[in-house]
Amino acid sequence: MAPLIRSLLSGSIVSGTPLLYATLAELLSERAGVVNLGLEGVMLVGAVVGFIATVHTGSATAGLVAAGLAGGLFNLVFAFVVVSRRANQLAAGLTLMFCGVGLSALMGARYVGSQIVGLPELRVPLLADLPILGPALFVHDALVYAAVPVAAGAWWVLFRTRWGLSVRAVGENPVAAFAAGKDPRMVHYQVLFLAGVLGGVAGAHLSLAVARTWAEWMTAGRGFIAVALVIFSRWHPLRALAGALLFGGAISLQLQMQALGVPLSPFLLDMLPYVLSLAVLAVWGGRARHAVPASLGRVFQGTQ
Amino acid sequence: MADASLLRDSRLDALGRLAAPLGRFAALLTIALALFAAVLVLFGRNPLRAYADIFSSTLGSAYGVSETLVKMTPLILTALAAAVPSRIWLINVGGEGQLFVGALCATWAAIHLDGLPSFLLLTIMAALGFLGGGLWAAIAGGLRAGGWVSETISTLLMNYVAILLVNFLVFGPWKDPDGVNYPQTVEFAAGAILPMLGGTRVHLGLVFALVATIVCAFLLARTRWGLEVRAIGGNAEAARRNGIPIERYVLVTMLIGGGLAGLAGMAEVSAIQGRLRPSLSPGYGYSGFLISWMAGGHPAGIVAAAFVLAVITAGGDILQMTQALPGSVVNILMAVVLFVVLARQAGRP
Repeated sequence: MAPLIRSLLSGSIVSGTPLLYATLAELLSERAGVVNLGLEGVMLVGAVVGFIATVHTGSATAGLVAAGLAGGLFNLVFAFVVVSRRANQLAAGLTLMFCGVGLSALMGARYVGSQIVGLPELRVPLLADLPILGPALFVHDALVYAAVPVAAGAWWVLFRTRWGLSVRAVGENPVAAFAAGKDPRMVHYQVLFLAGVLGGVAGAHLSLAVARTWAEWMTAGRGFIAVALVIFSRWHPLRALAGALLFGGAISLQLQMQALGVPLSPFLLDMLPYVLSLAVLAVWGGRARHAVPASLGRVFQGTQ
Repeated sequence: MADASLLRDSRLDALGRLAAPLGRFAALLTIALALFAAVLVLFGRNPLRAYADIFSSTLGSAYGVSETLVKMTPLILTALAAAVPSRIWLINVGGEGQLFVGALCATWAAIHLDGLPSFLLLTIMAALGFLGGGLWAAIAGGLRAGGWVSETISTLLMNYVAILLVNFLVFGPWKDPDGVNYPQTVEFAAGAILPMLGGTRVHLGLVFALVATIVCAFLLARTRWGLEVRAIGGNAEAARRNGIPIERYVLVTMLIGGGLAGLAGMAEVSAIQGRLRPSLSPGYGYSGFLISWMAGGHPAGIVAAAFVLAVITAGGDILQMTQALPGSVVNILMAVVLFVVLARQAGRP
């Protein structure tokens, strides 16, 4: 039983980590009032750029930095279309997704099957020797350890800093924010760049730490799961931690059951997170609606 | 000013009205093609050859044209799936899932009722496909009408449930025992395959798509039902006060939209795949949403935009063969075209 619990716990954390970074990316944009359905594409670009940079430099850290930058820059394409050209956010997001799928396939074509060492696993001294919990919690790559601080940091930035206040103000009522002397467009650009960086890192965790290889469309819908997770966590960074762990747990449980030969289809288990999100939304309908940033989906039109 | 417009030749005026959007369209397309060419050059490929290949493989031969029509069929139907609900400002991003459920329901009939005469079997498959996709979308419609969950979110989430449901069936209970390890159902009997045109893969589904386009256009423009839809789309609050049951319209437009996506699934599984597979659609549902958006939900525009995306999709297969490019590279071309259109039509909701 002990090894099972250990691998289940460890697997939930590893699968949940890219989901968490992606969820925080989407959460930040949505707090500023921008829905980005193109996160899947951003993650793919991050994954492929991080992988290529790692192959050429031999350093996974360099790969990670490149992935973050690439994700941020790629998301600026979306920002330009949505903020400066005021295009429909859903259509622009889906377009960004298609663009990322194609671009990452083109960039990665020569690197399919390449080998890298990837992000090293770091053992936390002493704690890693604890029974069961030690190996499950304290033998991971740096991005896993950074996950909780980054989520807490996102909470702190959103709710305890002036910049976070303007992000939320723009997300609730851009006209009032503008009247109060903030520039909604500038805030949107900043948030979307930051979200792109997080999305790129999320993708890089897949290619540098989980799979340690590049394959076309390797995110397999995680960018969309993140959109669901934002709703599940009702636009709150700390609840996103719980959501990512739960969804990661579903992925991990599915892998474990397959390994054990349990005769329950993994696909039914995979449905759980989506059905759960829908159920949570339906039940908490009224409360969730209060949590939705009021100007979500609409972009500041200027004050004519 | 009035004098000037009176003096102008009215026929020239009409021509000008037609030429202006066409000119704009040509300009946008040129920008998009130039951007994609730049990407190809960046990666050391010859863009002129790529375009020549795309053109000759799609519009340059009878076979190419037929393959373009094959790709157009599901795109028109999934675009209508987004367009019909969009008339009352509902956002259906669930075409992909509705297509999968439609295919699933049609497959059930194809497997279990294979003794029926072909005409009857195909009718049942189409009806079940429509109903399956329609009810799947109507769940989202119901959640919206009751004020629980926004249909944008629920349709998006339900895409994954639908695709997983198909995976569950083809990996599990419906798996072909002779299919070695391939996740797929048994091959459909000949009676469950939609009739095709000559030696091509163009199938009756194209007729479904075109008829559906005309019927939708007629329903929306010429019937009392369409008038009420337009009333809700114009001013929902005013419509409600005039006694129009908005909740019912939410359900019905979602049902029709989802049904049309389901019909696309039925046609794909019957004519193109001949069995149910998880690789049923390369994102037709999402492309359809974008087509509907590009066309502003207008039927003729949908057919035109579906044609453009069908050429790009069909061209992708040839780039894979002649240029050794990954097949999904055409997604870049599609995205560039869409980005240019999106950036151009600034400020549209």
